[in-house]
Amino acid sequence: MIRKYPRKYGGLTSRVEGRLYSASMVLFVFLYHAMPLYADNSSALPQVAFIDSQIEAAWADANIEPVEQATDLEWCRRVYLDLIGRIPAVDEVLQYKNDSSRNKQSVLIDRLLGAEYSYEYAKHWSNVWTTILVGRDTDNRMIDRDGMRKYLQSAWESNIPYDQFVEELLTATGDNATREESTLFNGATNFLSGKLADGGLQATAKTAQIFLGLQVQCTQCHNHPFNSGVKQNQFWELNAFFRQTRALRRFDGGRRVAWIELVDEDFAGQGGDPNEAEIFYELRNGLVKVAYPVFVDGTEISRSGLLPGVLDDGTPYGVNRRRELATLIRSNPLFPKAVVNRVWAYFLGYGFIAPIDDFGAHNPPTHPALLDGLSQRFAEYSYDLKSLMRWIVLSRPYSLSSRMKARSTTDAPDSGEQPHFSRFYVRQMQPEQLYDSLLVATEADHSEAAGRQDRWLSQFVTAFGTDEGDSSTTFNGTIPQILMLFNGDLIQAATSLDQDGFLDQVVAANQTNRDKINALYVAALARWPSSSELRYANHVLLARKGQVKEALQDVWWALLNSNEFILNH
Amino acid sequence: MDKKSYRSETCVQRSRRHFLSHLGGLAALSTPFTSFTNSLLANAEELKKQHKSAILLWMGGGPSTMDIWDLKPGQATGGPFQQISTSVDGIAISEHMPMTAKQMHHLAIVRSMSTREADHQRGRYYMHTGFVPNPNVEHPGYGSLIAHELATAVPSLEIPPFVSVGGGSVGPGFLGTTWAPFVVSSQGDVKNLESSVSQERLVSRLQMLAAIENRFIQERRGQLPEDHREVVGKSVQLMSSSQLAAFQVSEEPASVQERYGETDFGRGCLMARRLVEVGVPFVEVNLGGWDNHSNIFGTLADQRLPNLDRAMSALIADLADRGILDTTAVIWMGEFGRTPTINGNGGRDHWARSWSAVVGGAGFNRGVVVGETSADGREVASEPYSSQDLMTSVLKALDISLETTFRAKNGRPMKIANGGQVIPGLFS
Repeated sequence: MIRKYPRKYGGLTSRVEGRLYSASMVLFVFLYHAMPLYADNSSALPQVAFIDSQIEAAWADANIEPVEQATDLEWCRRVYLDLIGRIPAVDEVLQYKNDSSRNKQSVLIDRLLGAEYSYEYAKHWSNVWTTILVGRDTDNRMIDRDGMRKYLQSAWESNIPYDQFVEELLTATGDNATREESTLFNGATNFLSGKLADGGLQATAKTAQIFLGLQVQCTQCHNHPFNSGVKQNQFWELNAFFRQTRALRRFDGGRRVAWIELVDEDFAGQGGDPNEAEIFYELRNGLVKVAYPVFVDGTEISRSGLLPGVLDDGTPYGVNRRRELATLIRSNPLFPKAVVNRVWAYFLGYGFIAPIDDFGAHNPPTHPALLDGLSQRFAEYSYDLKSLMRWIVLSRPYSLSSRMKARSTTDAPDSGEQPHFSRFYVRQMQPEQLYDSLLVATEADHSEAAGRQDRWLSQFVTAFGTDEGDSSTTFNGTIPQILMLFNGDLIQAATSLDQDGFLDQVVAANQTNRDKINALYVAALARWPSSSELRYANHVLLARKGQVKEALQDVWWALLNSNEFILNH
Repeated sequence: MDKKSYRSETCVQRSRRHFLSHLGGLAALSTPFTSFTNSLLANAEELKKQHKSAILLWMGGGPSTMDIWDLKPGQATGGPFQQISTSVDGIAISEHMPMTAKQMHHLAIVRSMSTREADHQRGRYYMHTGFVPNPNVEHPGYGSLIAHELATAVPSLEIPPFVSVGGGSVGPGFLGTTWAPFVVSSQGDVKNLESSVSQERLVSRLQMLAAIENRFIQERRGQLPEDHREVVGKSVQLMSSSQLAAFQVSEEPASVQERYGETDFGRGCLMARRLVEVGVPFVEVNLGGWDNHSNIFGTLADQRLPNLDRAMSALIADLADRGILDTTAVIWMGEFGRTPTINGNGGRDHWARSWSAVVGGAGFNRGVVVGETSADGREVASEPYSSQDLMTSVLKALDISLETTFRAKNGRPMKIANGGQVIPGLFS
């Protein structure tokens, strides 16, 4: 098997830290089993117990019975998809299945969040955050997606605390793309490099939306129509924080923009006095008003537009507005809530607030105490995202089956009801998850995959044609997506019989046809075929008249095209 | 001609019969395949004459309607454009729309649109659905709604009932994925239509697929697994359909292509006509680039309006010449208009309070103007109309019952078009 990032299991790994890690796991497992009074492993974490108690109390209030637990392997497939962005490979499924320890869930989570999978974990979350921070549009010259990914990859591999991550994004300076002989590269600049047109309207709107869960974009022109907490002056006062920042187009000889350099510069103010560097904005009735940097909670900072410096006599002056903004955002109570709501929605399908980035009195949360409590614990845990993820995936709501008890249910957020999380809501894989899952299925080489992935994805992205650069994706279960999985290049590669590919290995294995079919099922769906499915598979074998290779290819094609494969369930 | 995009008709028809003989025993994927078979029995020609369709010309970004349909020459807000007379006495429009002016007798301008959503995303949603965005429910847009109401009248249709040329539309909301827009580029290239295996193998693959899909659906995991099966059925149908030729604008005579304009929007409008002819109930053609915060007049005069004028006038005239304008509603609108005040960069900003939309064909009055704005264009000076009102009027023009009510799974009834009022001036 060819893998660029070797995964070894079934014993101690060769690396020193792996050995220590495994050894401590053995010790832990031993101690754990020696303590008979301990209940199941998930409630060992107080944060998990907190989530469970809050959710269960809400079930009781709503008079809702949760469904049963998901099967072991359903849960296993789910956590691989959600934590590292792809389905588990056959050996990974079997290893989890054969683990008989009582805390096998914790063990798997620790591994997926540990050193062994660190690269894949970071790669997946780099994809997720690239979409959040700069969208899916691949045509914007002001953004270097590779640069964005490089930054995110290294930030997430080092498990950067979330508050530091946001500070780095908000205060970044330097080149947005890598170049030889340059040391100025800072991929974090890509968050702002494409959002500074028209005085930074997009920077203002996206910063508030992503990091504080506040939708302020419409307050550019008027007070918020139904969120009385957001006024027009606040938009411009927030916007004023970005006025020292400029995205400089750099050229490599030709007329094409080669890269963007994000810099902080003194801002003279629209009135011409840098010590009182104001901006002007227009009310709907045509009146012009003035704004200085004031944060959404009313905190004012220095009105100076000058960057920090020291006069000859030693007196300091000036202020870095973006640094001040980062500090204010980090200490705002909405800061941990916005990301906890986002991460919860990612794992459970719906946030406590929907849309996930529209906080305010007009839009109360479904589980306020849980949102508050989880946010508080997350902040206390040094904004450690891996801890937050561990708590959520070990919680009871995440462990529930996606099967409903009856054809209809009162827990139906897809029809506008508030979510109770009494079952796991089935959802589409993200395109990146599908892409990487098909790579697992093909055992294909991962090198250059990121560039190819972008090209592959671009066929599903359509722009809306506005100055804000919004776009949507047709990767949403509709016909083009189905056709792509029926006949596209990626599926042809996945079902090819090329030497050393996954299918070739299955075909060549010294096994019965039945075992080969089983292997395909485990690889695609992390389960074994039912008896009636085996009958259908035998029909396929018969139809191919002993051409086992072709028959297995046909079964494999069907598995990769199934609803069960493409859905996270 | 792109060989991958579609195959010649005779070959397709022969192979389809062959294909179908194999699918006969495929009860598992029953619903889509039944309609597949039925479609062959229907008399396509007969149905073609009865069906109704709509074409939405979507102006993404928010066009400045006071520089196109409702000019204010001589006013401080008026900008540099002059008006010209049209084929209808007393109606004048922008000098940069000369060809459309000659088709005015087929169209109706509503000059008293007045809405409140001046953000792109919210405006796009509101103008497409008749509802303001609501966190608890996603509403279907024009295309999904009208396709849902009209598709049953066209059982012979094998291609998706809602085609979006160039994207930019909104989704099916609570109607579900099966009513989602089928997005194609103006080149009409539908990707990945060719199977890499023989039809015999494709059939056995589909039978295997049906076994897996059905098992998963029977486990009661909600709507998505069922939607997937239905879309699979529709995709199979599409792969073998001769109607795919409708996407091939390049099959039109060169003179017709030239008449619509060699632009994405021109090809999109021509494709819309071809799609309507095979029975597609709803086509949306996207023309972006109207978000003119700076240098608006140069952009409009040199780029946007010549492109719009050529394609729109060709579409209207062509539909009329072919006798299908009477069964085809045409709607022209964007998410909002633009500020009467011209800003410091020679542009206009977002403005929802007073703007124009244009309709034509189907059951609409033709050659009329409905409503008016104040002298400087800042206010609607007559009865104001909303997105709901416009949508209700389009439904009426297509003879879709205004009493239609949708019931979400939670039992909450929702009136079609949010209970808007018919705009009286659009009907006699």
